[in-house]
Amino acid sequence: MMPELQTTPVPFRGGGFRLRRVRGVGLAVFVLLVALVEWGTRSGAISALTLPRPSDVGTTLWDLAASGMLFTHLVPSLSRLAVGSVLGISAGIGIGVLMGLFSLVRAGLAPVVAALFPIPKIALLPLFVIWFGIDEGSKYALIALGTFTPTVVATYGAVDTVDRTLIRMGQSFGLDWLSIVRKIVLPGALPGILSGLRVSLAIGIILLVAAEMLGAEHGIGAYILQAGSLYDLERLFAGVVILSALGVVTSAAIGWAERRLLAWRG
Amino acid sequence: MDLSLTSVSHRYGTTEVLSDISLDIADGRIMCIVGPSGCGKSTLLRMIGGLERPDRGRIVQNGAVPEGCLNPLTYVFQDFALLPWRSVAGNVGLVLEDHRLPRTHRDAIIADVLARTNLTEFRDAWPRQLSGGMKQRVAIARALAVKPAVMLMDEPLSALDAQTRELLMDDLVALWTRAPFTAVYVTHNLAEAVRLGHRIVVLSRRPGRIRDIVEIDIPLAERRASAPALEAHQSHLWQLMRDEAAAAVQELHDA
Repeated sequence: MMPELQTTPVPFRGGGFRLRRVRGVGLAVFVLLVALVEWGTRSGAISALTLPRPSDVGTTLWDLAASGMLFTHLVPSLSRLAVGSVLGISAGIGIGVLMGLFSLVRAGLAPVVAALFPIPKIALLPLFVIWFGIDEGSKYALIALGTFTPTVVATYGAVDTVDRTLIRMGQSFGLDWLSIVRKIVLPGALPGILSGLRVSLAIGIILLVAAEMLGAEHGIGAYILQAGSLYDLERLFAGVVILSALGVVTSAAIGWAERRLLAWRG
Repeated sequence: MDLSLTSVSHRYGTTEVLSDISLDIADGRIMCIVGPSGCGKSTLLRMIGGLERPDRGRIVQNGAVPEGCLNPLTYVFQDFALLPWRSVAGNVGLVLEDHRLPRTHRDAIIADVLARTNLTEFRDAWPRQLSGGMKQRVAIARALAVKPAVMLMDEPLSALDAQTRELLMDDLVALWTRAPFTAVYVTHNLAEAVRLGHRIVVLSRRPGRIRDIVEIDIPLAERRASAPALEAHQSHLWQLMRDEAAAAVQELHDA
């Protein structure tokens, strides 16, 4: 008699390690955290000195907007961020591309960039004040230098990743040098440059606040500094919320630019 | 326009890759170069098109570049080398943009080569949307757009599956029959060589030397896959290459 055959299903081992896009969860977590703090502060589990009540922060923000002071603080901040980061990012992309293309530039500047990168730019603010004055100049310079270094590093790394066979192809068809750079190197480096911009702009916002804490009458940084020195937690948090919103908006803007400019990636 | 190579030799560091290659590339015919892997056939092709400089020997063009030719020595690459951020028409247009052609003329060239490669309806597609065979047809269209005097084809069908390869070979034969072009066609696939080559150059293993040159007189349009005459040529080529290929497989290569 035949022994009875045992049948077991083949176990599935192939799942996981694949992330998919989940909508709405990010917002839900955020709302849950705020609701938790709101409940904690109302019930007394969190003392008023530890965290302000989110609804009070909301009211403060509303009052700030209603009184027009929001724009008084936001407009100078945004213009400093815009001028400083446009200077830093355009210089960073320009020099990064040159470092990606020319061995001599790379050899000469890579150590300089490596030396500049880890310096806390905030520590240089007094120096910038001496060089560029206490007014807008020093703030632009600080933000520009802060956004410059990560942009340079991201850009020359991105130029390195451009497929060399595409460059050979361009040469084999007799394209001139500028065409190869414009039509092959730059579009090929664009994904890396854009993801470097995310980092650069976040650093730009951090430095904006740092610069405004030193000698600025208006600006989100000045607003937060004033609130902090008075231990006015509602206003301090209102300022922090504005900064977070600024971060989310710049990140979304880059995401939008990626979808527009990198549509070919599908 | 003809090309001739006179005792071309080359080494990478201490490794000699090509040794004393002399060849004449005749106008209007397809020359196939076959050889075991690592024999330097792709290096030789890069030298013929000026992408690499030989250590010794000369490569010269004989005669004038034909009229209307925008890029005399034009490559078709194994990995297609299409710009992923340009549409099919944009990839073809890329190689015309540096020549000061009137816009209508340029558009006419693009339309013509896409029609010849049956790609007209895909002119606005992205490369990522195309199969490998279609991508290589785009690359062939791009090469035709500059009216090359000599097409330099570096294993153009090697990245494709067997069915697609058959179809593209038929396409190439049809293109050549309609308008004969000069080509140097590097491959390790002997079936491709006997289908497409008027003259087949067999290279030895590294350092690559010319082992033999085989002429096939059957017109391209009359060559059918697995026709006895072609089979005979193919097995003759395999006899020539077999020991070389076996030895090449055993070698360490640090290229």
